[in-house]
Amino acid sequence: MSFPYEILQITILSLQISAIATGISLLIGLPLGTLLALGKFWGRSFFLSVVNTGMGLPPVVVGLFVAMMLWRSGPFGDMNLIYTPTAIIIAQTVISAPVVIGLTAAALQSLDPRLRLQLYGLGASRWQMIWALWREARLPLLAALMAGFGSVISEVGASMMVGGNIRNQTRVLTTAIVLETSKGNFEIAMALGALLLTITFLVNWALTWVQQRGED
Amino acid sequence: MNKDLITIKNLLIIRGKKEVLRVKKLSVQRGEVLAVVGPNGAGKSTLLLTLARLLEPNAGQMLFNGTPAQNTSDTVYRRKIALVMQDPLLFDLSVYKNVALGLEFRGASKSEIQEKVPLWLKRLGVADLAERRAKRLSGGEAQRVSLARALVLEPELLLLDESFSALDPPTRATLLDDLKPLLKNSKTTTLFVTHDLHEARKLATRMAVIVKNSLRQIGYADEIFNAPVDEDVAHFLGKD
Repeated sequence: MSFPYEILQITILSLQISAIATGISLLIGLPLGTLLALGKFWGRSFFLSVVNTGMGLPPVVVGLFVAMMLWRSGPFGDMNLIYTPTAIIIAQTVISAPVVIGLTAAALQSLDPRLRLQLYGLGASRWQMIWALWREARLPLLAALMAGFGSVISEVGASMMVGGNIRNQTRVLTTAIVLETSKGNFEIAMALGALLLTITFLVNWALTWVQQRGED
Repeated sequence: MNKDLITIKNLLIIRGKKEVLRVKKLSVQRGEVLAVVGPNGAGKSTLLLTLARLLEPNAGQMLFNGTPAQNTSDTVYRRKIALVMQDPLLFDLSVYKNVALGLEFRGASKSEIQEKVPLWLKRLGVADLAERRAKRLSGGEAQRVSLARALVLEPELLLLDESFSALDPPTRATLLDDLKPLLKNSKTTTLFVTHDLHEARKLATRMAVIVKNSLRQIGYADEIFNAPVDEDVAHFLGKD
């Protein structure tokens, strides 16, 4: 491994992949979590249970499933996505989306149900009501975002299986740590581990700062 | 202009298999404060939620300004009213932003918000709390902010649902003393649900008595106290 260019490239790729996966999870998770929290439809409890189960999906199982889908002979094999950063983004989205959906639903369900009536009683439209509830639940919603990011920046199984840990292409921090450890390069593995921890801390610190801003 | 702002005819609300409210006829006159009184669980809040279009009646007709309320969408209708519930239900924002909320929903301009919000904060005696976070207020302060949030909308109909019952007696008395001239001067048509007869007599022009899930009597307080229509009403008024 060449310093510092390769490490910088791996770090940027890790952040890009996990940020995009978390962003997609948020786009999917916020509306679906809201629907599960506020909607009244048949099977709501069942879907909530499915999402809650999904929050604990083992990354290797996700990796296996996504790999089968994207494998050359799989249903999406023609798209040539296996062993690409896009494949890792897909797998990480599958891992983090249930986390964001489940925590969004929990955040909105923890609000006083009378707030909805009060908002309507002040003349809110449906979308204004939902927006106001999101704003009211902004602290737990940011926690959902942090949990979603945390679940993917640190996972290794799915990234390894669908990304292949290809140098300069799909190698991310976690897969690089696994590789360096397997080669007995513990100093490099430790340095990468420290880097991963620092990045995770900095991202969560920034989000926590946003979350707690104005609390005092 | 129609004398009655709201007229309800043959209203029936059923929950499960239980009849929770029956109102043969009820008119709320423009500019009056009508107290809806009755024991707990009689159906008073159900009436209020129906008037706010937060509850769908099983039968009956509701006229607003002489036209069937069903002719307008829920949101358009609700923007003519304002609701204050038993708990202030303020949002985790500053007092100023809480009071501005309903105006923002109606698409009010920034200058309109800047003009009206301080005015109503001042009228309710909470102008000095404008920048404070709403969740740091005392119960009395929070309910004043909640009233400012409703009155700033200058609603055609103000709905108060046991809005003072959670306050301690001295705070409640002061708030009622402050609110009465505000409602009178602004000529805000108000429907005010309470189980407290003293509160009702203090604030209201007329009273409607709901007992055992049906509206039994409506009229001026003295008329009702002097001549309750039946035993249930008399019992509620403590006249038996």
